Amino acid sequence: MWKWLHPYADPEVSYHFTGRLLPWLSGLTLILLTIGLIWALGFAPADYQQGDSFRIFYIHVPAASLSMGIYLGMAIAAFTSMVWQLKLADASAAAMAPVGAVFTAIALFTGAAWGKPMWGTWWIWDARLTSELILLFLYLGVIALHNAFEDKNLAGKAAGILTLVGVINLPIIKYSVEWWNTLHQGATVSNLGKPSMSIEMIWPFIFCFSGFAFLVAMVICIRFRSEILARNSIRPWVRSLVIEHISAQSSTTTPSKENS
Amino acid sequence: MPTSPLSYRATFGLVLKRDLTIAMRHKDDVINPLLFFVMVITLFPLGIGPEAQTLSRIAPGIIWVAALLSTLLSLDRLFKADHNDGSLEQMLLSPNPVFILVIAKITAHWLLTGLPLILMAPLLAVLLHLNEHSYSALMLTLLLGTPVLSLLGAIGVALTVGIKKGGVLLSLLVLPLYIPVLIFATSAIDTAALGLPYSGQLAIIAALFLGSLTLAPFAVAAALKVSTN
Repeated sequence: MWKWLHPYADPEVSYHFTGRLLPWLSGLTLILLTIGLIWALGFAPADYQQGDSFRIFYIHVPAASLSMGIYLGMAIAAFTSMVWQLKLADASAAAMAPVGAVFTAIALFTGAAWGKPMWGTWWIWDARLTSELILLFLYLGVIALHNAFEDKNLAGKAAGILTLVGVINLPIIKYSVEWWNTLHQGATVSNLGKPSMSIEMIWPFIFCFSGFAFLVAMVICIRFRSEILARNSIRPWVRSLVIEHISAQSSTTTPSKENS
Repeated sequence: MPTSPLSYRATFGLVLKRDLTIAMRHKDDVINPLLFFVMVITLFPLGIGPEAQTLSRIAPGIIWVAALLSTLLSLDRLFKADHNDGSLEQMLLSPNPVFILVIAKITAHWLLTGLPLILMAPLLAVLLHLNEHSYSALMLTLLLGTPVLSLLGAIGVALTVGIKKGGVLLSLLVLPLYIPVLIFATSAIDTAALGLPYSGQLAIIAALFLGSLTLAPFAVAAALKVSTN
């Protein structure tokens, strides 16, 4: 496995690999999200209790799950970078943090919009909402710490330590609904084999969830690529890329100049 | 520093004694966070109104939030001066394990901020008309909870000690980590006011204490190595 993995520790190889991955990810995102969102918001049956307002579930649940998933990914990257001293792992953690923060904010916002018609209030200090809010603070802390250092290597290490300390929050969010009997409803799609929702509702959810997951993967890939470029800007391969890019641009723009 | 490593206990004792001596020579650094603690608490009756019922309802929260904030203010002392005069790097270079040094410094910090807070808390609780059943709960939660504040805060200071303007950043990093302690401590005090058993919340705070006691020094040691780089 190590033999297979180790070429990807080279920034250049990773850069080109993620470049090849990107069209697939963006294509899948586009297809899955278009199908999923139209199906979910337009055609899926309304809930017998919550009516049409339950449809926000199709955005809220993927965003909330992914906000935790991204944090887990960030923690794994931080751990990898700490144990094996891989600089690219730091770059990927730095690429993930803002995406995770945005998804946490989306989960909180859609949750508030759902809570207003269902519970009659935008916000309530219940265990899951509070722990999700703490997750947002943790993301913002990691980003702030990352920005505070001039040296990106040090920034990555420091932010990694903070990320690993914050991991303790993940199981608290996950199990808050079971540990404290709160207003927030329990898991609806905990068991895909025997979900507690009807089959016409679960299919659009699967489309939406995987669509958002691929969206996250796509955005992280884009950010990861620019992180690699920023960190390796003095390397010859980046310079040759830039020169190629500039010459490609000037060759397309010069004819238009002659016309004018 | 002798070249052969000292025993763990001797190292711990030396660092603890050194930090306490330094603090005793700069008494202001010790007293100011305590004054801040008292002043923040006196602001609440003035701002909210002196009705005994309202005050006794919010007293646990006020005392704990003030304790969090004054701990936060005192955290800088933990590593900042040592980092500025270079003695922190010398400690890290010494053959003794960083774990022991960190534990000793955090213990000194707790003795100088946590312990005085605990001693002053009953007096302030009287000012806030805290329910009389809640006193033992207040003392127990402070006794178990303030070491957690010092331990978790040390991680934040260790991460930000190398940054010039680390003050605001420090509070952004540390306060989210303090929230669980605050929740369980105030919940225990509130439960005690109703005359119900609060051993559950106390057990969770104790678990937080033991967990952070074993794990936080490793995080602090790793963070110090990054910051002194």
